[in-house]
Amino acid sequence: MPNMSPNKNPMPSQEPLVRAKNFFEVATGYSKETAIDEALRCLNCKNMPCVSGCPVKIHIPEFIAKIKEGEFEEAYQIISKSSSLPAVCGRVCPQESQCESKCVRGIKGEPVGIGRLERFVADWHNEHYNGEIQKPQSNGHKVAVIGSGPSGLTCAGDLAKKGYDVTVFEALHLAGGVLVYGIPEFRLPKKIVAKEVDTLKQLGVKVETNVVIGKTITVDELMNEMGFEAVFIGSGAGLPRFMNIPGESLKGVYSANEFLTRSNLMKAYNDDSHTPIMKGGKVAVVGGGNVAMDAARTALRLGADKVYIVYRRSMEELPARKEEVEHAIEEGIEFKLLNNPVKILGYNNPDDKRDMKNGCVIGMECVQMELGEPDEKGRRRPIEIEGSNFTIDLDTVIMAIGTSPNPLIKSTTEGLDVNNRGGIIVEEATGATTKQGVYAGGDAVTGAATVILAMGAGKTAAEAIDEYLSK
Amino acid sequence: MFEIVNKKELNPTVTMMDIKAPLVAKKAQAGQFIILRVDEDGERIPLTVAGYDRENGTVKIIFQIVGGTTERLNHKQQGDFIQDFVGPLGKETKVDGLKKVCIVGGGVGCAIALPVAQRLHELGCEVHSIIGFRSKDLLILEDEFKAASDKLTIMTDDGSYGEKGLVTEPLKQALENGEKYDEVITIGPLIMMKFVVATTKPFDQKTTVSMNPIMIDGTGMCGGCRLTVGGETKFACVDGPDFDGFLVDFDEAMARSVMYKDFERKEHEEACNLFKGVE
Repeated sequence: MPNMSPNKNPMPSQEPLVRAKNFFEVATGYSKETAIDEALRCLNCKNMPCVSGCPVKIHIPEFIAKIKEGEFEEAYQIISKSSSLPAVCGRVCPQESQCESKCVRGIKGEPVGIGRLERFVADWHNEHYNGEIQKPQSNGHKVAVIGSGPSGLTCAGDLAKKGYDVTVFEALHLAGGVLVYGIPEFRLPKKIVAKEVDTLKQLGVKVETNVVIGKTITVDELMNEMGFEAVFIGSGAGLPRFMNIPGESLKGVYSANEFLTRSNLMKAYNDDSHTPIMKGGKVAVVGGGNVAMDAARTALRLGADKVYIVYRRSMEELPARKEEVEHAIEEGIEFKLLNNPVKILGYNNPDDKRDMKNGCVIGMECVQMELGEPDEKGRRRPIEIEGSNFTIDLDTVIMAIGTSPNPLIKSTTEGLDVNNRGGIIVEEATGATTKQGVYAGGDAVTGAATVILAMGAGKTAAEAIDEYLSK
Repeated sequence: MFEIVNKKELNPTVTMMDIKAPLVAKKAQAGQFIILRVDEDGERIPLTVAGYDRENGTVKIIFQIVGGTTERLNHKQQGDFIQDFVGPLGKETKVDGLKKVCIVGGGVGCAIALPVAQRLHELGCEVHSIIGFRSKDLLILEDEFKAASDKLTIMTDDGSYGEKGLVTEPLKQALENGEKYDEVITIGPLIMMKFVVATTKPFDQKTTVSMNPIMIDGTGMCGGCRLTVGGETKFACVDGPDFDGFLVDFDEAMARSVMYKDFERKEHEEACNLFKGVE
């Protein structure tokens, strides 16, 4: 009998005021019993609307059916046919706007907790499965993957499963891309990413860290001298955007990328880390996306007394996942909505030029906004309310207003076209770029987007590369 | 892991190392930089390429011991390994078409200026070098500069070697005497580069500066290395490290460069204490 409760089983989580002071994972995951109970809410619809909402087309009702029977490893095997990173997706996918948004149970209540079940299954597998991973039979074709973020890892995994000899090139010293430098430990523990990368290595994928494609080796060298027959570019988002307002170079102004990289990749949250970061005091994060939420919640955990999110539209337009916003509010982050920064204010001691506080952030001037007519995307355009300027006292400002694509590969690869925003131009159905044998996906193509969209692009490209090299 | 195949102390606070890194050595050009981590869990620091040997696959770095990371690096010996070494990053110094150049180097910056001088010299460009140090015992690379320069002026703050004074003095004199360079290229402490630019500007003498701000990834991702150049935000790691000296906001760059001074001091002390315990 299906479980007809209108509500999802709640996700067990650390108490807000406790977790706001540590970097352990916020959500602790379903138990076996809760997972089965939640799985029983699935009606196993014949037309599987949920699958249509999944960018990598996981066979959702099938894996949930296995959970109902307590066959968790089988459930994992079903997910892993479609997704190379289940433990990651179960944590960071915006299920509410994807699979779960199509769930029939969502019409008269809450949808089935598909994301929570995916996470449960992946964690179960990671904890209990001891079997060897079978390395597939090689087909003799060499493919290079640039970047070890979600699109690159997905593309590499899918190709390796088909027998390709895949090498992933990573610019940083650690594989994982945004999963290790961007998304914080409390949302995605790094040991989970390491485990997923390890699984790929067991499939035969080689990972070369400390190689910057476009600098250390060019795409043309990969193809002409090193014998790679196809290349996938998943080099991710690039340079952080700033607002171009006065004071953005003051001491204590970070891009979200820098702030998060210092804390996540370089482990600045550990007291014995050799990488410094500004901690404590009052912090404002400018922006309303998931990255802004991550930066704000990281600042809080690093010991900030007060953290604000400053966003120029209202709660309704906030692009971050609802769950992340709720978590942030519970933890005590204050949302200053309909506010736009106009100037960052710095300390200046005119009597002592050597005063170390000179040039440090002391506040930010903002102007209040109101919402006008909708723009081309349907979001109401924020308009300044004249004369409404006010100042917030601050020690740190973090700009989380997006990125523009990295110029390194484009500038060193002949025949690779980019659009006017710097994104690599691809054919949507295949990920093929304007250069033969070269495919691309993820933020390098779309600009900042989600992990799962990048994974979808990696998957699409893997299929297209397989077809291209099978001819 | 990357092997230290050669190590030499140039003076009590400046060390030279040749690192086995064939992929980097194959591509490195004067003016570019690398990023390294000494150990697992180490900090990522940028160092400008001080030379390369494509045949043996080594890259030369020269660094001043200023903080915890450089202290740890200096403690490694020939035959030891460092954790990570990535590059070459940034754009190379533009040398094409230059016929007459004045290289102005200060302190450890001379190590970075040298490969530029050597490259220009190889290309048949007339190279005038002015290199400055605090005192004679901090002097480095004199012979190398001599070999790469048509004219070499050495300055020390205290007059213990060469001429007494700042590098800007002979530069100003040369410009006043009517010297015209295709370019003045200056590499050294920010305050020195600021004053080199202040010296050349009245003569409208084109001046290129090599910036070495705080960086993390060095590949155009974090934005920590941003500078204001001509009123625009530029990233030293992908747009530089060389910039038109007349356009760089030095005061801002100097303020940003000491952002973590307290942390650095503590780190340096800790590293020193750590090694004291070992020895």
